[in-house]
Amino acid sequence: MSILGKGKKKIISAASQNITFNRRSLLIGGAQAGVGLLLAGRMTYIAVAENERYEMLSESNRVNLTLVPPRRGWIIDRNGKPIASNRADFRVDIIPDRLVNPEQTLDELALLLNLPDDEIERIRRDLDQSRGFQPVQVASGLRWEDYAAVSVRLPDLPGVAPIQGFSRQYPAGAAVGHLVGYVGVANAEEYDAEPNPLLITPGFKIGKDGLEKKFEQELRGEPGARRVEVTARGRVVRDLEKRDDVPGDPVKLTIDAELQRYAARRLGEESGSVIVMDCKNGDILCLASMPSFDPNSFSDGIGFDEYAMLREDDHVPLRNKSLVGLYPPGSTIKPMNCLAFLEAGIDPEETVTCGGGTRVGNRFFRCHSNHGTVNMDKAIAQSCDTYFYKMAQRIGMDPVAAMMRRHGLGEEYDLPVQNQFYGTVPDPVWLERKYDRRWTGADTANSSIGQGYVLTNPLQLAVMTARMASGQKLEPNLLVKTRKTKHPAMQISPEHLETIRKGMLHVVHGAGTARRARLPVENVEVAGKTGTAQVVSLSRGDGRNVPWRFRDHGLFVCFAPYDNPRYACSVVIEHGGGSGAAYPVARDVLTFLFDRDRALNDIAALEAGWGGTIEERAATKFAAFQANKAAASAGNESDDSADDEAEAG
Amino acid sequence: MALVPQPLRNQPWGIILLLLVFTGFGVAILYSAAGGSFSPWAGLHAARFMVFLVMALVISYMPEELFKFAALPVFVIILLMLLGVEILGQVRGGSQRWLELGFMRIQPSELMKPAIVLMVARFYSALPPTMIRSWSAIWPLLIMMGLPAALVLLQPDLGTTITICVGAVTVAFLAGLPMRLFVGAGVVAAIAIPLAYLFLLEPYQQRRVATFLNPENDPLGSGYHITQSKIAIGSGGIDGKGFLNGSQSHLDYLPEGHTDFVFATMAEEWGLIGGIAVIIAYFLLLRWGWRLSIDAPSRFSKLLAGGLTMTIFLYAAINMMMVMGLAPVVGIPLPFLSHGGSSMLTVMICVGMLMAIDRQTRRQPQTSLSSGILA
Repeated sequence: MSILGKGKKKIISAASQNITFNRRSLLIGGAQAGVGLLLAGRMTYIAVAENERYEMLSESNRVNLTLVPPRRGWIIDRNGKPIASNRADFRVDIIPDRLVNPEQTLDELALLLNLPDDEIERIRRDLDQSRGFQPVQVASGLRWEDYAAVSVRLPDLPGVAPIQGFSRQYPAGAAVGHLVGYVGVANAEEYDAEPNPLLITPGFKIGKDGLEKKFEQELRGEPGARRVEVTARGRVVRDLEKRDDVPGDPVKLTIDAELQRYAARRLGEESGSVIVMDCKNGDILCLASMPSFDPNSFSDGIGFDEYAMLREDDHVPLRNKSLVGLYPPGSTIKPMNCLAFLEAGIDPEETVTCGGGTRVGNRFFRCHSNHGTVNMDKAIAQSCDTYFYKMAQRIGMDPVAAMMRRHGLGEEYDLPVQNQFYGTVPDPVWLERKYDRRWTGADTANSSIGQGYVLTNPLQLAVMTARMASGQKLEPNLLVKTRKTKHPAMQISPEHLETIRKGMLHVVHGAGTARRARLPVENVEVAGKTGTAQVVSLSRGDGRNVPWRFRDHGLFVCFAPYDNPRYACSVVIEHGGGSGAAYPVARDVLTFLFDRDRALNDIAALEAGWGGTIEERAATKFAAFQANKAAASAGNESDDSADDEAEAG
Repeated sequence: MALVPQPLRNQPWGIILLLLVFTGFGVAILYSAAGGSFSPWAGLHAARFMVFLVMALVISYMPEELFKFAALPVFVIILLMLLGVEILGQVRGGSQRWLELGFMRIQPSELMKPAIVLMVARFYSALPPTMIRSWSAIWPLLIMMGLPAALVLLQPDLGTTITICVGAVTVAFLAGLPMRLFVGAGVVAAIAIPLAYLFLLEPYQQRRVATFLNPENDPLGSGYHITQSKIAIGSGGIDGKGFLNGSQSHLDYLPEGHTDFVFATMAEEWGLIGGIAVIIAYFLLLRWGWRLSIDAPSRFSKLLAGGLTMTIFLYAAINMMMVMGLAPVVGIPLPFLSHGGSSMLTVMICVGMLMAIDRQTRRQPQTSLSSGILA
């Protein structure tokens, strides 16, 4: 019965139960009072001993320090005109981490801001690629009304951040795309390389390419800061204090913005590059490459379709042809090769007979025409290949290659650019190393007329021309502050230079290959050299009446004025079908330098023929691209029937 | 005092005043928690309290015999309600704690807190004194306690389960079950609790316990509540940030600032002074309860008063330990301050029954053996 193991039985009555009750209630009451004291002590400890720490934590909850992206320094041209500036901008970003319902939020934003489908596609792509804390741009350059419409709906749109800031503006658009690059939101790798909280501040953009990337530190400036009171969900309740940003430093280029823009326009529908250099100090006045991308739209986060169009374009608008386009220089290097002949002791009056080519070893090397008796001057003016085949055979490749290097071919210049290809100056040693075979006379012949293994980029051709025009070893220069006033001499005898310059003058102002390259400007004579670079061997056709991608490149290098060289210029037109595509561009660009109004008048007529300005043509092209894409996706369904018809046909 | 009519003079004015002041303080806190507005919480809180105070006063007129008589049926009805909630939960999927009654949502597990105390007190008061040390004093307790505890644990609601069990055990302890049982149970519990942690608790509850043991482990997950609550209390300091100036509560950093974490909301604005005031208010209320239980004329009312006092104490103690990081976050509201209908109803039922015992004690006073012990 009893569950007590104890032998003795306690007498239990109502009275003793009462005593037990009182004892035990006292025990419990005491325990409860103890808990009360414990709570009071604990609270005292938290609120008094740790008060300072928790006050700080509460303050750091309440107050949020947000960085205000600094206004990016301007990129300005030699005359202080903006090449890249900033404009006030209303933007909307998404902070992926704070998104509660991504799909719904995106739908709502698309509705509020009238986002096109390809923009939404881009936002989705960016959201997938971004880290959670990185802001993803939804739209920028918004009208105030749209900005306000999003702002008032913020409580229902967690993760959406409307921002008043500055966005990068490139007044010349595509004309400077390759030169300045573009800016954009820092990606994960960039943040890893530089774990600076500014990089993940909404609205902050980092240089992604070109000068914008190269001069990131100069252009960036110091962020401002804003202390705000925020709720746990990140909603700003009120501003507490502000510190202004320190704008980035401007970067002054040697580029002439108007010339750059003109050259880009003048390239028109062609794919090519125009370089203009100052023969006095090596300043690069123009570094145009077209077609190009519009850095304005890249910096805003380019649309999916727009990027696809650029990527698929066979004119490669994403490649900076000025620096990474490598072409056989063709005949444009003949004057320079003549300098090698002269230094090797060949008399400029010595003649060779051109019968439409010559035999080298057991192969017959053709000349593009039958020039008869040819001296050096005529060889340059009329671009006789035979003369070069023969003279180069005589002196061998090494002095020719050395002369090329002295003129800056095969070289990477010390320029603040993202990348430049140095091309090829071939010689026996190089060939042995690269292709493990012996140099032959045929290689010399090919190299002597700028074909074969010789590869140059347009900038190198401009540098070569500037060095021949000035007799100084000019280094190309993009920044006003790195301009050198003194340059070493080329150490080429003035008579030799005189000889080849005269030959180049006769190309334009004589019985030469580019007589129509004369400037419509009084008292300014142009000296130049045409070049045609074969893309495929002539067995595939004459290089003109073949599909675009098989056509010859057209090249032209020149300097002006002849008597006191000021500007050196090189023009390369990819697949232009020959030098005839290049020298009119060079002529007009030089005309612009000597007579702006006239050049601008002329280009208006040209652009009307091409279908508008660069921007207008890009817009037309994009519309067509989108229409095609839509048609293609619609056509997929009717493909089968079309096939049937084709078979029946 | 002849000017004051008899019925008015006969009310327990002291305790009514205490509760009015206390709940008024709660209204002020909730007013601030809503950013200086009576909606959505403060106004309703005040209205509910007035209704439930009237209800408590009505209960206070009920005779002890009625409580005795009602104990079993009420217990069974609430047990069935718990079962119903469980079935509803099964049908609808997910955990279910509420019963929709149209005019209000009711949490049977809350009502079980006074009901179990009533039931166990009824049982031991009916048990002949000689049988208190026998098996027949134990197994009914285990059944009475086990059934509701199991059902509530299924919900799953650990906080309420503990309250129900401790309430029942307290009454049994006061009734005079052998001390060795409790010591033994304590030892068993010390062994069983780790096992229960491993095998009985839902993962989210395990996380809560783990977080409680080391809140810094998971600053943005389940430790967030405790961390933010401590920040609110700690940043209040001695005299608080001032009424309507609490940043933690006003800027949404403190979750559940109007319900389970109302103490932190209060402490941020009223500081240590406010916190001590709240503790003193509970002390006065509980002292009143214990005095009643000691002075009460019958064994049943003694046990009942002790159990009810313990129930109120458990609410307050577990909640305050929780917000100060001394106990895991179990979701128990703070009586008179937290906004919530079911818990206020429950507490006021307890208060009402205590008032009833008070009234009967004053009608037939019994010389106390230990008056003034807790004074």
